[in-house]
Amino acid sequence: MTQAVLALFLREWRIARRIGGGASIGAVFFLILVTLMPFALGPDLNLLARIGPAILWIAALLAALLGLDRLFQGDSDDGSLDVILNAGLPLELVVLVKCAAHWATSALPLVIVSPLFGLMLAMDVKPLALVALSLVAGTPALTMIGAIGAALTVSLRRGGLLMAVLALPLTIPVLIFGVSAASAASGGAAPFLTPFLMLCAFSLFSLAAAPFAAAAALRHVRE
Amino acid sequence: MRLSARDIAIERGGRSILEGLSFEARAGAALVLLGPNGAGKSTLLRAIAGFLPLAAGAFVLDGGSSEASLGEQAQYLGHADALKGALTAGENLAFWAAMLSAGSGVGKGDSRTPGEALARLGLAHVHDFPALSLSAGQRRRVALARLLVAPRPIWLLDEPTTALDAAAQGLFAAIMREHLAAGGLIIAATHAPLGLEGAVTLPLGATRLTA
Repeated sequence: MTQAVLALFLREWRIARRIGGGASIGAVFFLILVTLMPFALGPDLNLLARIGPAILWIAALLAALLGLDRLFQGDSDDGSLDVILNAGLPLELVVLVKCAAHWATSALPLVIVSPLFGLMLAMDVKPLALVALSLVAGTPALTMIGAIGAALTVSLRRGGLLMAVLALPLTIPVLIFGVSAASAASGGAAPFLTPFLMLCAFSLFSLAAAPFAAAAALRHVRE
Repeated sequence: MRLSARDIAIERGGRSILEGLSFEARAGAALVLLGPNGAGKSTLLRAIAGFLPLAAGAFVLDGGSSEASLGEQAQYLGHADALKGALTAGENLAFWAAMLSAGSGVGKGDSRTPGEALARLGLAHVHDFPALSLSAGQRRRVALARLLVAPRPIWLLDEPTTALDAAAQGLFAAIMREHLAAGGLIIAATHAPLGLEGAVTLPLGATRLTA
């Protein structure tokens, strides 16, 4: 069982690294979104510093959903999903492992580069650290919520947009608490710890519940 | 080992595909599903693998593991090759070997390493090639090698010899004979003869063409 889990994680990791630039392309997309903001809002450093956490969070949210629609679709298209279904590994565990690999290859790089990109928004050191910390706590929930959408749209040819439409409204609570935790250092409304713990709770809850929802959706759609 | 089907009925989207179908497949003899396009050959194989629910009837497996489901004791080889283009042929097979050994009560028998399985199919030289760079026939042979790296008693084969040249078809016929001789069970849907002596045929859908 452990051997199968490791093999699945390694396979997902390798595929993500080898196709389409892997981790770097998500980070570049993130960079472009962050770069566009000062152009749209104007070079008001105070304004940028104040809304910086929100910009970083929205950019991370969009970048994290990038590529998530292919989470199960690739396996469905090439017949791998059929073989995986009969592998003897619980489908819920398969979903969890695939999400973990996806998070490690696409969300983790965003967390790592977010302090760097925050510099472009005239953010201070402390807010930068808090943004990165809140992203670590919040992005697992984004990946898991997106996985449900990806499972529901697995058999649709152009399911990417539908998946985003399904998943984005569900990410609103994560966004609210993520931004409120991240902006605590730059004069936010709430202290840091309360929204941060809520973020952790969202991620833990989605880690526990989303694999069952996504696996049920996969089984239902496959019939 | 014996797989018997009693009064199977399968519906898809409210339309009846197969009705009142009974058959028996015994270890040591292949069961070949024959029939025109749309007769329900692939549907029946997918139902045996457990991907489609049965509207009526049941499959009964005698002599199998009681802990694993029918699908978990079977290797399903569909139209698609289940290969990842970004991974090499060897990595693909190593993944399936590890993945398919996870089940309980299956995976016994002498499994081959990816290298040995590829060599058996005459593809030892593509071990380190990305699956993307292989031809259709080579991809098919790598997919067939999956049957060898993760041994399971029941083989469900949907058009297994598609894109194979004559030599590879002969090679695969020999591999299937070995599997049958070792007490394995093969159910195959095909239009081309598989080159198996003593195979039992099951005609499907002969009366449904006018429907």
